[in-house]
Amino acid sequence: MNTGDLSTLLVWAAATSFTIALIAYTVDMARIAEQAQKRTRAAVPAMAGASSGPVSAAAGSADEAAPDRSHRAEGIARSTHLLGVALLFGGIVLRGIAAGRWPTANMYEFTLVGVFMATLVLAIVQRRRAIPFISVVVLGLAVLFLATALLKFYVQAEAVQPALQSYWLVLHVGVAISATGIFTVAFAAAVLQVLRDGRENDHSHLVAPWSRGDGMRRALSGWAVTGPRFAWLEQVPDARRLEAMSFRLNAVGFVLWTFTLIAGAIWAEHAWGRYWGWDPKEIGTFVAWVVYAAYLHARTTRGWSGRRAAYFVFVGYACVLANFTVINLFVTGKHSYSGL
Amino acid sequence: MARYRPEGLEDTFADNPADTPTAPAADDAARDGGSRDAADDTAGGSSSPAEPRVVVPAIGFFGWLRWTWRQLTSMRVALLLLMLLAVAAVPGAMFPQRAQDEAKVATYLLDHPTSGPWLDRLGFFDVYASVWFSAIYILLFVSLVGCILPRTKVHFSALRGRPPRTPRRFTRFPAQGAGSSADEPETLVRAAEKVLRRPWLPLWPRYRTDVRDEGGGAWSVSAERGYLRETGNLLFHLALVGLLISVATGQLLHYRAQAIVIQGEGFANAKVAYDTFEQGTAFDPSSLDPFTLKLDDFESAFDPTTLNPRDFTAHVTLTEPGGDPTKKTIKVNHPLDAGGAKVYLTGNGYAPDVEIKDAAGNVAADGPTPFIPQNNVYTSRGVIKAPDVTGGQDQIGIVGYLLPTAQQVDDTTWQSIYPQPGNPMLVLTVWHGDLGLDTGVPQNVYELDESKMTQSVDEDGKPVTLYVKMGETVDLPDGLGTLTFKALPRYVALDLRHDPALLYVLVFALLAFVGLATSLFAPRRRIWVRAAPGREAGDGRTVVTAAGLARGDDVGLQPELDRILAALPLEPPAEPAADTSTTSTPTSTQETP
Ligand code: HEM
Repeated sequence: MNTGDLSTLLVWAAATSFTIALIAYTVDMARIAEQAQKRTRAAVPAMAGASSGPVSAAAGSADEAAPDRSHRAEGIARSTHLLGVALLFGGIVLRGIAAGRWPTANMYEFTLVGVFMATLVLAIVQRRRAIPFISVVVLGLAVLFLATALLKFYVQAEAVQPALQSYWLVLHVGVAISATGIFTVAFAAAVLQVLRDGRENDHSHLVAPWSRGDGMRRALSGWAVTGPRFAWLEQVPDARRLEAMSFRLNAVGFVLWTFTLIAGAIWAEHAWGRYWGWDPKEIGTFVAWVVYAAYLHARTTRGWSGRRAAYFVFVGYACVLANFTVINLFVTGKHSYSGL
Repeated sequence: MARYRPEGLEDTFADNPADTPTAPAADDAARDGGSRDAADDTAGGSSSPAEPRVVVPAIGFFGWLRWTWRQLTSMRVALLLLMLLAVAAVPGAMFPQRAQDEAKVATYLLDHPTSGPWLDRLGFFDVYASVWFSAIYILLFVSLVGCILPRTKVHFSALRGRPPRTPRRFTRFPAQGAGSSADEPETLVRAAEKVLRRPWLPLWPRYRTDVRDEGGGAWSVSAERGYLRETGNLLFHLALVGLLISVATGQLLHYRAQAIVIQGEGFANAKVAYDTFEQGTAFDPSSLDPFTLKLDDFESAFDPTTLNPRDFTAHVTLTEPGGDPTKKTIKVNHPLDAGGAKVYLTGNGYAPDVEIKDAAGNVAADGPTPFIPQNNVYTSRGVIKAPDVTGGQDQIGIVGYLLPTAQQVDDTTWQSIYPQPGNPMLVLTVWHGDLGLDTGVPQNVYELDESKMTQSVDEDGKPVTLYVKMGETVDLPDGLGTLTFKALPRYVALDLRHDPALLYVLVFALLAFVGLATSLFAPRRRIWVRAAPGREAGDGRTVVTAAGLARGDDVGLQPELDRILAALPLEPPAEPAADTSTTSTPTSTQETP
């Protein structure tokens, strides 16, 4: 078995490890939900039978560490998560050795490093007190991306074409991927923020009848954030703190993204003879950058902070992902380096 | 001092807490009042209407202008314009763009005869030069300037002023602390000031402080740090303006040229020497620096198994006016600087050197012709035109392929298996007639105008195909003459670009980056410490209270406050004072204002 194959094996092992962590975090989350549900039932016995009545969200209860989490599940989740990060790191290093260069030159490698960054940032953010929901979102995406990388993006490890032979491959691409990883965790925090905000404010679109397609609403009504299924939301930090967490990560991500943009322009000046040419990838990067700039402005604009600012994070993250997937796979441009 | 703020900006920090005791949680009415003041301030008048939206009809032309300006420079409109900019940039990735690929646009128009022309009229094939795209970014930048200049002024005066006075009550601040001591209030406050001013760089105090005697034996210090945050923010926005101006200047003053240079040949830097030449409106072509550049050799390397390229190097001789010829190399990622321009290696290929003699034995064409590579093994297509036939014979046009390393697949099929010239072969078909070169209409050298030509065919009516290896001479069909494949030099495609604004673009981009990082990561904080004689007169104890406020969310605020209090000779308060909460753990008091 050569180094390249060993690298692939390690990546598979990492994917498996993350899957176990994902399951363990889901179990952990389910336990919290169950306990929280029991408590609300006990507290409001009359509500137990109501199908979709809002359960009053006792805001503020979030700060005590959840007493009834599954410690075993959390332990397994943490250790397999870290194991996955380590395995993935090994896979990336071996990949670099097999190719004899920095391993960020095609889509397969981008994905590996991006997942590595996201899971590493996740581990750092969660080091003191894990919020299982954020892990479920990030690890879910991580497993999805690793599987796609292994099954769809995989290419043999080899040296790169002349246009990529530059130290900017490390700076520009490395930083772009790190930014993507950080945006991923920030995105998960923003999702949680919106859910938590809905529950805190007793606000769900699934509660009041819709003017059209009410059947669908009724089918989904079990999933109202105000309903018992989301009782675990009361165990997570309040929306304000989640927004602060999301912002801090997004701010770091945005600065790195700005660097990516500038570094990309400098590199384009060397390699393609112009610093900016509205190549599809450049457009994608620019659009995502502007959306995140809008997010920063939204946070400080009256009436747009909090929940609404989180929507910008969703759009921004969607742009980052589309820039990586849609533009690499379906649009031809100068950035045809996916290796596919 | 009235502070300027763009309308719609939510910023607890901009309110002077001394003026509004409930600053961190100022209710909407108070905020509205604040921003109206700010708005009045921008307009520079004191008589502007209190509620612009409502009184629009009555305010007349100038009032209306003022209202428009205020809207334009508001945060809400900035937000809207940013989102619009993001949306407007997207079609450029969905539709082919003239600036990048004219041919693709033409194809699109052919494929979509109904929608195409409409999209064209609306500018969808030239998005970044379209009226709507330009309108959005110009409005955005007008808004930005209108927003940033007044803020810069306010920031400068804040830099010169004193930190804001200590508010009377600390109740509503996100970070608080308290303690008591046997020391004198003034001693305690001076000690606190010393801690606050402890430098983090030599000679650069952490906080700017202001100690006041509040009367009744009470002393307080107010401190502020993080002016750098606002400085960074302003620097960032101003640098964006600089960036836009530099890019536009570059557009005016640049030129860009493309040349195909065959091994052993060269060119002089003059407009006529180029295949394409494009310039900004303010560039004067006679100012071109007349250096000459000659291609001596070209090297390439490929991966033997995947055939992907590994290296391209052009060895050239550069002669600057009045200078000696110097040997240089040009590689991808390593352009050559020549005469104020950069020379980029953008392509390469083979230019088969072919001699064609007509039926009378006269040379009708001689020399290398660039062929265009079609795939990764450099199967290249080209056209050789032989116009100089003698005595009224038909002109000859040759169309065909070069296979650098030819390998026979079956009787009539050959293919190239390697990009390097291992076994070069030309596979050609022959046309004769009128090449159409005399019409005066410029012709594409890579295409044959077949309208007045006939193709040579064999007795079955199939086109005659010639297979010519290097060094061979073959007879042309129909007795047209002979063809000799003499040699196989390489050629390179070079791009020249001159943009005098490049350095400024880079500098402004980097300034923007530095400004951004500072504005996002430098914490901006205010801290107040007050020491007053205790309530129970005569016990001789001093009660110390402290509060902190930060711009945005700031996890470090409470720890910093705790650190400052810990440096004072304090005991924790016996029971919480009426108007302060206890010094509690950072996590539970910390709030996002
Ligand atoms: C080309 C357009 C613009 C871009 C790319 C842009 C980008 C940014 C970015 C990245 C930030 C974050 C820095 C920070 O939060 O401290 C920011 C902050 C800010 N921008 Fe802009 N901006 C633009 C236009 C404007 C305009 C038109 C205004 C005024 C109406 C404006 C006002 C502000 C303000 C007040 C802040 C500080 C927000 C705060 O943190 O309190 N910007 N801008």
